[in-house]
Amino acid sequence: MAGPSLMDSLFQRSVDDIIKGIRLTPPGTESTFIAKSLDEIRREIKSTDPQTKATALHKLTYLHSLHGADMSWAAFHSVELSSSSAHSHKRIAFLAASLSFNPSTTEVILLLTHQLRKDLSSSNVHEVSLALSTLSSICNPDLARDLTPELFTLLSSSKIVVRKKAIAAVLRVFEQYPDAVRVCFKRVVENLENGDMGVLSAVVGLFCELTEKDPKSYLPLAPEFYKILVDCRNNWVLIKVLKIFAKLAPLEPRLGKRVVEPICEHMGRTGAKSLAFECVRTIVTSLSDYDSSVKLAIGKLREFLLDDDPNLKYLGLQALAIVARTNIWAVLENKELVVKALSDVDVNIKLEALRLVMCMVSEDNVMEICRILISQALKSDPEFCNEILDFILLTCGRNFYEVIFDFDWYVSFLGEMARIPHCQKGSEIESQLVDIGMRVKDARPQLVHVARDLVIDPALLGNPFIHGVLAAAAWVSGEYIELSRNPFEIMEALLQPRTSLLTPSVRAVYIQSAFKVIIFCLNSYLKLNGNDPSYPSESTYSDLKSDYPGRFETVASQPLSDTEPDNPNMVVTDGQKPSVSSRMHHLTLESLVALVNLVETNLGPLAGSNEVEVQERASNVLGLIKLIKPKLLGCLDTREGDKVNGEPKASEMVELIFGAFSEDLGPVSLNAQERVPVPDGLVLKEDLRDLEEICGDIELPLSTSFSLVKLQKMDATSNSEHHSKEEFEPSTESTSLLAEHRKRHGLYYLPAENAGIISNDYPPAHDPKDKASDETEDLVKLTEQSLVIKKKPNQAKSRPVVVKLDDGEGFKVAAKAPEFKADLISGAVQEVLLGNEATSSSRRKSSKKSSKRREMDESNVGVPESKNEIVNADMSEIGFPSSGRRKHHGHGKERKHRSSGKDKEHDHKDKQKSEHGHGKHKSRQRADGALAAQSPVIPDFLL
Amino acid sequence: MIRGVIIMNDQGKPRLVKFYEFQPVEKQQELVRSIYRSRRAENVSNFVKVDSLFGPDVRLVYKTFATLYFVFIFDNSENELAMLDLMQVFVETLDKCFSNVCELDVVFNFKKVHTILDEIILGGQVLETSSSEVVKAVEEISKMESNGNSIISSIPGWQGR
Repeated sequence: MAGPSLMDSLFQRSVDDIIKGIRLTPPGTESTFIAKSLDEIRREIKSTDPQTKATALHKLTYLHSLHGADMSWAAFHSVELSSSSAHSHKRIAFLAASLSFNPSTTEVILLLTHQLRKDLSSSNVHEVSLALSTLSSICNPDLARDLTPELFTLLSSSKIVVRKKAIAAVLRVFEQYPDAVRVCFKRVVENLENGDMGVLSAVVGLFCELTEKDPKSYLPLAPEFYKILVDCRNNWVLIKVLKIFAKLAPLEPRLGKRVVEPICEHMGRTGAKSLAFECVRTIVTSLSDYDSSVKLAIGKLREFLLDDDPNLKYLGLQALAIVARTNIWAVLENKELVVKALSDVDVNIKLEALRLVMCMVSEDNVMEICRILISQALKSDPEFCNEILDFILLTCGRNFYEVIFDFDWYVSFLGEMARIPHCQKGSEIESQLVDIGMRVKDARPQLVHVARDLVIDPALLGNPFIHGVLAAAAWVSGEYIELSRNPFEIMEALLQPRTSLLTPSVRAVYIQSAFKVIIFCLNSYLKLNGNDPSYPSESTYSDLKSDYPGRFETVASQPLSDTEPDNPNMVVTDGQKPSVSSRMHHLTLESLVALVNLVETNLGPLAGSNEVEVQERASNVLGLIKLIKPKLLGCLDTREGDKVNGEPKASEMVELIFGAFSEDLGPVSLNAQERVPVPDGLVLKEDLRDLEEICGDIELPLSTSFSLVKLQKMDATSNSEHHSKEEFEPSTESTSLLAEHRKRHGLYYLPAENAGIISNDYPPAHDPKDKASDETEDLVKLTEQSLVIKKKPNQAKSRPVVVKLDDGEGFKVAAKAPEFKADLISGAVQEVLLGNEATSSSRRKSSKKSSKRREMDESNVGVPESKNEIVNADMSEIGFPSSGRRKHHGHGKERKHRSSGKDKEHDHKDKQKSEHGHGKHKSRQRADGALAAQSPVIPDFLL
Repeated sequence: MIRGVIIMNDQGKPRLVKFYEFQPVEKQQELVRSIYRSRRAENVSNFVKVDSLFGPDVRLVYKTFATLYFVFIFDNSENELAMLDLMQVFVETLDKCFSNVCELDVVFNFKKVHTILDEIILGGQVLETSSSEVVKAVEEISKMESNGNSIISSIPGWQGR
C-alpha cells in the first residue's frame, strides 16, 4: 500500500475541514463522507511527519467521539504521538487516548507508561496536569502500579494545581491498584490539613468517594473532618464533608451528637441553597434521632417546597420522602403542599408528591386518599394516571392489604379503577381481585358483585388492557357462583357474543367459569328438587352448609332485597326473607333447559377452535351437556333406567364435579412444596443423581429425538464419565422410566436443586398411583395447616380476616436482600482498611517522620491475607455495569495474583519495594507480630 | 462522582461527550440518544430519572443554553444544586474563552472544549470552580501549544524524510 505522500501532507484536510464537510453533506450521506475521511486518515496517520500525524489523529478522535467511528486500530499512533515534543501534539495524543482507550482491553496502554512517567515528573504544570488527567481516564492495574511512586511524589507537590489533580487522580489508582493505598494514603491524609481550598476540596472529594463505598474504615479520620466542618467556609468543601458525615454518623453515635450542632449552624447561616440542601439531607438521612435538628431541617425544607424554582421544589419533596421513613409527621405537616404538588406541571414533582402521598396512607385515611388520587388520575395524562394507579395498587396491596380495613370498599374500588379509560394496570388489578377472593372470605359477596358488574358490561370487552381484569372477574364469578344473586345472568354474561374479542387464555377462563356455573345450577336443582327417597330435601341444605361452611351464611346475611325484580330469571320473587333454599326452589326445569341450550349454542362452535385451551374447555362443557341433556329432558326422574345400563347416573356425575369445584382454593405458599414430607420408601436422591448425569450428557446434543443408545455411546466415549457409566447401567429400569417421562414432557426439566419437586409434579409413568395421591393429599393437608389467621388486636371495627401463610411468603426475599448487602459491607475489606488507617493515623500522632519507611513495610506485611480481598472487593465495586469485559479481565488478573500464593506475593512486594526504594526485608518478620495486635481501634477523639 | 458530561444541540447532535468511566463508543451514542429522548419541557425541574440507563443512584441534570443542551451525569456523592452551579461555571468559562460562546464555537473547538473541561473536572472529581482560574490555565495551554507549533512549522514537515 502506498504510504502517505507529500501531497497528503501538503493538502491534508484539517479538523475544521472535516467538520465543515460533515455539516455540508446532505442528510443521509454523512456516513459516506465519514468513511471517506476515515480512509484519508488511515493514510495520513502513518506519516512520519508529526504534524500530519497529529492532524490525522485529531480528526479521528473527533469522528470517534462525536460520530462513533471506530479508532481502536489507531491506538498505537496515539502512543507514538504522545512522545512528541510539541505540546499540542502531545495533547492530541493524550486526548485520543483518554477518549478511546479501553483500560481493560487496549494493550498498548502499557506502552504509555514510560511517557506518562516522564510527563508526571515534568516541571511544566500543564504537562503534569495532562498526564494526570490521562492517567485517570485510562488507568488499569498495571499502569496504576507502575506510576504509584510518581503519584506519591506529586501528592506533596508545591504547585497547588498539580497537587489537587494528583489527589483526584489517586482515586482511580486506588481503585485499580489497592496497594497504592499503603504507599500514598498518609500523604493524602496530610492534605486534609492543607489551607488551600482547591487542595482541600480535592482531598475531601476523594474521601467522599472512598467513604461512599466503605464508610467504616474512615471513622478514624473523623476528627480531621470535624475540624473542616467547623472551620471551613467553602461551600464545595462543606458539601463533601457533610456527605462524609452522612455516611459516618450512623456508624458512631457519639459522632452524630458532635456534628449535629455545626451542621445546624451551617444550615441557618448559609445563603447557598446547595449547602442548605445538603445540611437538610444529612440531618434527615443520618441524624434523624435529633428531634430539634430535624425540626429545623423540616423548616428549611418548607422553604424549598414553597420556592418557585421547580428544582428546589423537586429536591425538597425528595428530601421529604427521606424524612417520611422516620418522621412521618413532617410529611403530614406539609400535607397541603404535597397535595398541591400533585397537580404541578412538572412530572418529576408530581411523581415525588405521589410517592409522599402514598407514604401518608394509613388505615384511617386510605379511602380518602384514594378518592383524591382517583379524581387526580381522571384529570391527568395517561402516563401519570397509570403511575397513580400503580402507586395505589402497590400501597393498598402492601403486606397483605395491611391498610385496607373495608374490603367491600376496596374491591369496588378495584372495579372502578379497571374502568378508568387510561387504565393499563389490568394485570395488577387482576391478581389482587383473585388474591382477595382467596384470602379474604368476608369480601367475597362484594367481590362477586363487582365481578358481575365487570363481566356483564359488554363495553369492557373491547379494551384489551383490562382483559386481565375480566379474566379475574370471570374466575370470581365462576368460583363463587353460589354467592351470586343470579347465576343465569352470569352465564349469559360469560357467553355473550363479544367474548370473541378476548384473548384465548382469557376466553378459556370464561368457559371454565361457565362450566362451574352450569354445574352449580344443575346441582342445586338436583338437590332441591330431589324428592325421591335418596335425596331428602331437609338434609340437603344442611349438607351443603356443613360441606362448605361459610359460603352460605354469608349469602343469607347479605340482603338480597329487591334490586333486580324485573329480571325474569330472578329467583327471589316473594318478598320474604331470602335464603338459598328458597332461591333454589325457584329453579325450574324450563329455565335449566334454557340455560343448557344457551351454553350449547354458544360453545358449540368453539369445540372446533384452534386454540387448545379454548377448544378443550369448550369440549369439556359440551361433553357434560351431552350427558346431561337427555336426562334433563327426561325429567331426571328415570334414574332406574340409568342403573340398568350400568352408566353412572347423571346426577351423581354432577354431584361429583360439583364437589370437585367446591373445594375451597386457598393461597399456596411458594415453599409449600418443600415442606411435603418425603414418603417412606421413595428414594428421591438416588434417582436424581442419575437424572443429573443424564441431563449433563444430554445438554450438549440436545436433539429432539432422545435415544438411550446415543446416550450410552456418548457416555462410553467420554473418559471422565467412565465411572458414572458403571453406576448408571444397573439402574436401567429407572432410566427407561426417565426416558419415557422425558418423551412425554419434553426436555423441560426443573433445575437440579428443585429436584424434589420434579417427582411430585411429574410422577413417573409407572409409579404406583396411591403413592402419588398420598402426596397430593399431604400437600393439601399441609396447605390447610399452614393457613394462619392473624387478627389485628384493638381494632374498633373488626377487620375481615386476611388469610396469610405463616412463612411470610414474599417477605422472605425482601428480608434477605439487606442481609446480603450487610455481609458484603462488613466483609474483611474494611477491617483491613480500618486497621491500615488506624495505624497510619495513630502513628501520625506519635512519630511523624522518622519511621516512615518502616511503617510502609509493616503495613505491607501486616495484612497479607486480606490484601487480596481488598483487590477483589475493589474490583467488583469498580465494575461498571456496562464494562463487563473489563471487570472480568480484572478479576482474572487478580485471581492469577492470588492463586500464585504467598511466595509470589512476597516476591512481588519485594520487587515493588526495591523499586520504591523502601526495601527493608527484615523488619517484616518483626513487624508481623506487632501488627497482628493492631486490631481496628477507633480512637476516642470525642472525649 | 461525575459520571459524564455531554453537550448536545437541540437536534440531539452531540457536541461534546465525555464519560469518566470507560464506555464503548456505541454505548455512548446510544446513551446520547436516550438522553436526548428524555429531555423535558421548559420551566420544569432540570433533573431526569436515568435509573434505566445508568443504574440506581445516578442522576442527570441538564440545562439549556440557547441551542445547546448541557448534561451532567453524576452519582450520590455530588450535590444536585452544586452540579447546576458547576454547569454554570462551565458555561461561563466557555463564554469567556470564546467571548459570547455559541454552538459553532463548541463545534469547531472540539479539543479546546475538552481542555476546558479537563481543567474543571478530572477523573469525575470537581477540581476548579472559578471560571477565571480555568480561563487562565486554558490561555497558558494555548500559548504553550502555539509556541510548540511555531517550532514545528518552522521546520517543514517533509524535511525530515
